[in-house]
Amino acid sequence: MRKDILSLLERDAKLTPGEIAVLLGLEETAVREEIEALEREQIICGYGAFVNRDRAGSDDLTALIEVRVTPSRGQGFNHIAERIGRFDEVRAVYLMSGGYDLAVLIEGKSIKDISYFVSDKLSALDSILSTATHFVMKRYKDHGVMFDDADGGDERMIVSP
Amino acid sequence: MKNFIAKTIQDMPPSGIRRFFDVAATMKDVVSLGTGEPDFATPWHIREEAIYTLERRRTTYGANAGMVELRREIARYMSKYGLSYDAETQVMVSVGASEDIDVAMRALLNPGDEVLLVEPCFVAYKPCVVMAGGVPVTIPTGAENGFRVTAADIEARLTPKTKAVLLSYPCNPTGAILERSELEAVAAVLRERDLVVISDEIYSELTYGDAPHVSIASFPGMAEKTIVINGFSKAFAMTGWRLGFVCGPADLIAAMVKIHQYVLMCAPIIAQYAGIEALRSGAPSVEAMRKEYDGRRRFMLKELREMGIDCFEAKGAFYLFPSIKQFGLSSEDFCDRLLHEARLAVVPGTAFGDSGEGHVRCCYAYSIDNIKEALSRLRNFIQKI
Repeated sequence: MRKDILSLLERDAKLTPGEIAVLLGLEETAVREEIEALEREQIICGYGAFVNRDRAGSDDLTALIEVRVTPSRGQGFNHIAERIGRFDEVRAVYLMSGGYDLAVLIEGKSIKDISYFVSDKLSALDSILSTATHFVMKRYKDHGVMFDDADGGDERMIVSP
Repeated sequence: MKNFIAKTIQDMPPSGIRRFFDVAATMKDVVSLGTGEPDFATPWHIREEAIYTLERRRTTYGANAGMVELRREIARYMSKYGLSYDAETQVMVSVGASEDIDVAMRALLNPGDEVLLVEPCFVAYKPCVVMAGGVPVTIPTGAENGFRVTAADIEARLTPKTKAVLLSYPCNPTGAILERSELEAVAAVLRERDLVVISDEIYSELTYGDAPHVSIASFPGMAEKTIVINGFSKAFAMTGWRLGFVCGPADLIAAMVKIHQYVLMCAPIIAQYAGIEALRSGAPSVEAMRKEYDGRRRFMLKELREMGIDCFEAKGAFYLFPSIKQFGLSSEDFCDRLLHEARLAVVPGTAFGDSGEGHVRCCYAYSIDNIKEALSRLRNFIQKI
């Protein structure tokens, strides 16, 4: 039940417990309780909208920063990852396998904003060995949603056998 | 001037759905629950395979009965229903289940042979029997029975002229299914008879009960006398590809291939390559779509019942077949007025046979938002009449 509820809410957070109950063939109270438990256990950490920023006319920039770090004794990568994550402009931090350690997704108003963050905030932290910043130029798909999707329309005939 | 049209065709009424579509198509702002196909696009990996097929210039004719590779996949796929077929002699690839029906009738029927049809049923069954020179014998079913045919219904209509019995569960338009025990009883009546069972199982993947789909051919002694029809349209959301198949005894399949080769030569080769991909790795997509339909089915059923419309719980295909008898209108009148006054298209039950009177077919292969809008139009409409 948990998995099914999550998969519905991940696509449409506006569904009410009543609607979810009907869609999954469950009792509404059971769904309500399960969602509360998911929130309590921090499995559901919040609700938002999938925004096509390009279409919203936003000039905000997004960059992916590859970060190489020296793990700290006893803490591994956790300590530095948490410190980076505390900055408001950081949208996501992931520990990666491969050529670098942390992937940091950051949003800023301008190249200057982001340069400032990288040079003055990020690089200034202890244990940062190097950074490589990649700017996002266009988004085609986000949160599993295709933007301007040709599959979106209903081309079917109004009535068919 | 002389009328050149053959008598059989002159006498054949045009599809009730067609007439309704012609009206609906001219209107604006129509919300529809009238379709008979999935709202999902064909899963991307299947489309991608077709594109690759074109890039590799695989654009020729293929074997009449279908590519052997595809027939092997079909034989393998049918084993999930407990059916075992020889890919080389017992499987034919067609341009859809509708062709299978036509070709099966033409392969089987001599003038005057009778075919039992369970109504309400798919619009093409009766015309296919008539065009092949046969005589359709209809078995009406109703909501009180959950639109299930019984062994007794069938037995009562068997005559020495009965050549074939056509079964179609899960059913379009009613959404009815037959449980294993009910199907077993039907098999018991038909097993010893000198006739062929044609089982149209095009909706076999779309069932929502606890038990998976059961094919009548899986009972002892039945595969030898059963033609099983299936295809890609509904399960894999591939209606426009025109790809279906039929499995059965080698002599019957050989007869069907004979007709198919003269009329169609072969199913589209691009669709056949896509079909191989669909059978090899499409199962997760099928299951994801089935789950979606199931949620919508429950949603629509609950909403219909809450507005006081009597509807039996259909557990197959993607249709509900609610009763509109309480409104004192014929199915046709109800649908006409619903279309003109509320801009909502549903299909009159009578398009699927006389026993569909008093019902309308509502398809739930639509987004929840579309279903919500449609049902709110329906609610407003029934409050006014």
